[in-house]
Amino acid sequence: MEPENLEVRCLVKQAIVTLSSSRDSAEITRSLQSMKQYLGGPESAAPSPKSEEFVNTHYSHFLRVLTSNLSADWLLLLPIDQEKELFDYFFLNGPPHQAYLVLLDTITATSPSLRQERCVQILEQFLREGRMAQLIWEVCLKHTLPYTASLRETLLNKISALPDHMANKLEKNNRAIFYPKDYYPLLGQEMLSVLERTCEQLKGGMDCSLSFVSQLLGKVCIQGHTDAVLQTLVPRLTVLTQTDCIWQRICWRLVENVPERWMENVVSGLVRLAAGPEVLSRLLGSIVLKNKKAEFVLTHKFLLLQYQHKNSVLQSLLGYLAGEKSRGCLLIEVLKKLLETWGNSSALRHTPIEQQLYISKAIIISLAQLTNSQVQEHKAELLSGMMTGMECHLDSNLPRVRQLGMVVAECLSARLNSGDHRLKFQYAEDDESRELQSLSTPRPLSSWKAPPQQHRDGGSQVESRQNAAEGRQNMAESRQPVQRVQDTESESELDSDDELIPYDLSIDTELQRSRAPVYINDCVEVLMTSADPERIEITLKVVENLIRKNPTASREVSVQFAKILLHLEDKFNISGFVGLRQRGLVAITVTDIIPVTQYLTSEFYAVNYSLSQRLDILDVLALAAQELSQPDSSQRTANESTFTELLRKGASDLHDPSQQWKKIIKERIENKTRRFAKGTSRPEPKAVPNRLSSVAGHFFFPLIKNYDRPQTPFDFLAEQPLMMGRLIHTLAILVYFSVNIPIAIHMGKALLDFIWAVRYHRDVYVRQGTLFAVSSVLLSVPSHLLLTEVPDELLELRFWLADVAENDPDEGCRGSALQSLLLLENFKKKLGAITE
Amino acid sequence: MALRPPDPKFVLRGTGASVNTLHFCCRDQEGCDPILFSGQGRDAAVCTWDLSEGRNAVIDYIPLDSYGFCQCSLMQKDVGHYLLASPGSTLSEVKILDLLKKTPVWILKPPADAKLGMPMCLKLWQPLSCSRPLLLVGYEDGSVTLWDPSEKKMLSRLACHNEPIMCLDFDPEKVKGISGSSEKVLSSWGLDEQQNLKLQKTVTLVNAGIADTCIRQDKKILATAGWDHQVRVFGWKKLKPLAILPYHTASVHCVSFSDHVVLSERFMAAGSKDQRISLWSLYNEP
Repeated sequence: MEPENLEVRCLVKQAIVTLSSSRDSAEITRSLQSMKQYLGGPESAAPSPKSEEFVNTHYSHFLRVLTSNLSADWLLLLPIDQEKELFDYFFLNGPPHQAYLVLLDTITATSPSLRQERCVQILEQFLREGRMAQLIWEVCLKHTLPYTASLRETLLNKISALPDHMANKLEKNNRAIFYPKDYYPLLGQEMLSVLERTCEQLKGGMDCSLSFVSQLLGKVCIQGHTDAVLQTLVPRLTVLTQTDCIWQRICWRLVENVPERWMENVVSGLVRLAAGPEVLSRLLGSIVLKNKKAEFVLTHKFLLLQYQHKNSVLQSLLGYLAGEKSRGCLLIEVLKKLLETWGNSSALRHTPIEQQLYISKAIIISLAQLTNSQVQEHKAELLSGMMTGMECHLDSNLPRVRQLGMVVAECLSARLNSGDHRLKFQYAEDDESRELQSLSTPRPLSSWKAPPQQHRDGGSQVESRQNAAEGRQNMAESRQPVQRVQDTESESELDSDDELIPYDLSIDTELQRSRAPVYINDCVEVLMTSADPERIEITLKVVENLIRKNPTASREVSVQFAKILLHLEDKFNISGFVGLRQRGLVAITVTDIIPVTQYLTSEFYAVNYSLSQRLDILDVLALAAQELSQPDSSQRTANESTFTELLRKGASDLHDPSQQWKKIIKERIENKTRRFAKGTSRPEPKAVPNRLSSVAGHFFFPLIKNYDRPQTPFDFLAEQPLMMGRLIHTLAILVYFSVNIPIAIHMGKALLDFIWAVRYHRDVYVRQGTLFAVSSVLLSVPSHLLLTEVPDELLELRFWLADVAENDPDEGCRGSALQSLLLLENFKKKLGAITE
Repeated sequence: MALRPPDPKFVLRGTGASVNTLHFCCRDQEGCDPILFSGQGRDAAVCTWDLSEGRNAVIDYIPLDSYGFCQCSLMQKDVGHYLLASPGSTLSEVKILDLLKKTPVWILKPPADAKLGMPMCLKLWQPLSCSRPLLLVGYEDGSVTLWDPSEKKMLSRLACHNEPIMCLDFDPEKVKGISGSSEKVLSSWGLDEQQNLKLQKTVTLVNAGIADTCIRQDKKILATAGWDHQVRVFGWKKLKPLAILPYHTASVHCVSFSDHVVLSERFMAAGSKDQRISLWSLYNEP
């Protein structure tokens, strides 16, 4: 051992002994002073061999002794004005990683006490003075030393999890600086300053390692503080990398060095926070080509697995992929993968619609990023992807999915076919389609120039102020014409046509060129033979009234009439044709219930009907059942007419003065009188028999009976999920209207049997129908009947509902399953109440 | 309850053909007033008639060179000096003739890129402020244009309809006019000091198609002849609907007001495709 080292060793030993045993203030001060000389300031150019020895060998031990001595009376021994200088100095000027570890160990090892408090104080100071940057920097410098591997691991853990340690230990006495929301931005700041020093070093031509910073970044990100750290890092790096290629290389190295297992969090954080493809390209470099994990995250996970990101994130990611030639082939690969998913009918059925929307957006954005030559090169593949995708979207029963398919296909074909062979669909434009269409033009780079992060609040304020100003202007503008209008009006006060009294203008009606038929038989004739659009239109308009006015005559021709209406085609594009025909059909069904329902239900399964006619049959049956289940409308009108008579009587009284004062007095008395337990002032609605009660079976059973033996060779129920879904919905509606009807339990049983076969149908609409059916059975059939008649089914039902509520991809299905579950729970409560 | 609209005072039957245009001639004691029937579409000619002392003989026969839907417009410039505006030989062109000399005075051609279509109706009128006549033309594309014939210049153009204009009338006192088209809208427009046409008010009718419109001489009311068989009466100031006159059983082609000196004997006449002329007495109270 060299004599110098020995000397240092002796001195340190002596000082330690003094510090731990002596009670003499002057002696302690002296020994501390002597130790202090070894800790030259961090900037001292060449540390003496003695102090190097002290720092490397004895520093950590010395600090431990110092902290173990910390107690109230020991501190009193130090001169009051020099306490900080003598004591804290050792922690804040030595090698920071040792000081940090000692402080943290002491804090975690002790219970709340003065010693702990003092250490916390020093640690806070440590952070405030930017020692953390020094720490990271020194670790980076020593990357070549072999012994540091485990030390680095420890440091990594302790630095990245400092808020956790502190919160665990200090609980309510924690300091604000150790809160994650303060600590991680600070850590980000410290990393930045390390990077700055690295940059200087590189400019000086020296080598440097960033792996510790990368590790730290990765570790922090994996612990879920990505946003807190990167929100300080990204804006600054965005500015720095703008002009300086050294900074770009630093960024790239920073990302590249992140260990594989933490790569995902770092990369995805950067993608989310970078403002635009160009910035992203500066920050990430070509990591996507070099790192498998990053490639997976950027080209797969971000696009196909996640779907919560905003449009701007998608735009900047896809723009980044399109950015360079070397990455250009990635974009086309990505687009093909996206198209494959988009056109996968099974994926379409089993993914939520939000994800489909996200994929559609990604497709449109990447199309906008492709160059024309790329498009031409891969045209065939893209076209075939488009065709399959379009097909399975248009097959869907959900209008939103169909529309998505149409918009995406339109954008695709607009890009693929430059000529006139573009696809053009007819759909009602809404916000969603407009948003998608707006994505089809690439976002100009200038629009990404977001203001630097820290000024964002100010910027938004300015913006809002501008908006307000604009709003005011608009208001002013809109006020002006109003004034003008007022002007003209005031001017016209003198200039009006008031002296001319108008005649009765009520005869001004739309010109009818032909007469409406008056008898139901005339209607039959017109609808069967006439080719005059106006006559047919007028006839259709009066059909409903005619049927309802004259039920006896209608019953004579009811089935024939239903047949005519069912087969009537809208040849002349009559406005409101569907509604008029439907109302006519409903009226005839209600007028002559049994024959017409027999006819309609048998025709539903008959040959040679179009899908729309079958759907019409279902609608008519449901509407007719609704009308029958409600109190008779004709009686209601009768009631109303008596009311109006009464009112008229009251009105005529008014003209008789003697009646009038009596009435006034009566009213006054009535106003002053307070009555307790006064009954309803209106007469109770009269109870009328439910007209559906006797005929509900005619609606329901023929429909459900024949579903597995249709006469058509084309099994429309199996081939067309829409048809199946509508049938189930209609049956459920029929059951719903049969509430309080004795045969409801039979209908409910039949319906439960029926839906059991299709409960896991692949089509969303059918599943929605089954759930609707379940809830309508639960609502309509009395619970005690259900519990006694079909207890096993209910149990199975519950398991199934719980499964759907948890696993179904469609949100609507999950919601209605939950509701049905609730209904079932209510049953249980009711049952409990009864048994008690 | 508003009053029921009146019945026609008289009905003239027996024309044997649908009535296309009407003109009252109340001042026959003053001498001869020519009545004009534009015959475009049949023989492309205008005839002047001598009606004095109960005669009805064709005096003159002026051939025109256009087959269109447009009626001519006549204006008395001085005593015995009449100007006649008629559609010209090429599309969109309007010709103004001296009726007695039978020579064209001015030929008005719109700019080539205006795309106005055929002229559908004309109104030649004399502003109160200056001596030069002005011409209003309603075109097939639904726009009304104002011309200064002496300078052969289009002063203003107002697109006030989406369909061809079928008729227009103008009130020089209020510098305000009215136009009807084959759609459901009746528009009124005014002229400002710079001779620009400005849309003022539009009224939407129940049925489409207005064949003719006429402002009464006292500028109180105006009448429209509807394709929906009805004659409609409006207040002229605010276009307030005043009456619907149902009588005819086919589309009404023309309306006209008499300018009889005795106010109470003034009539409104409507001629229709059903070969009848109905005479009405409305708002004649002083």
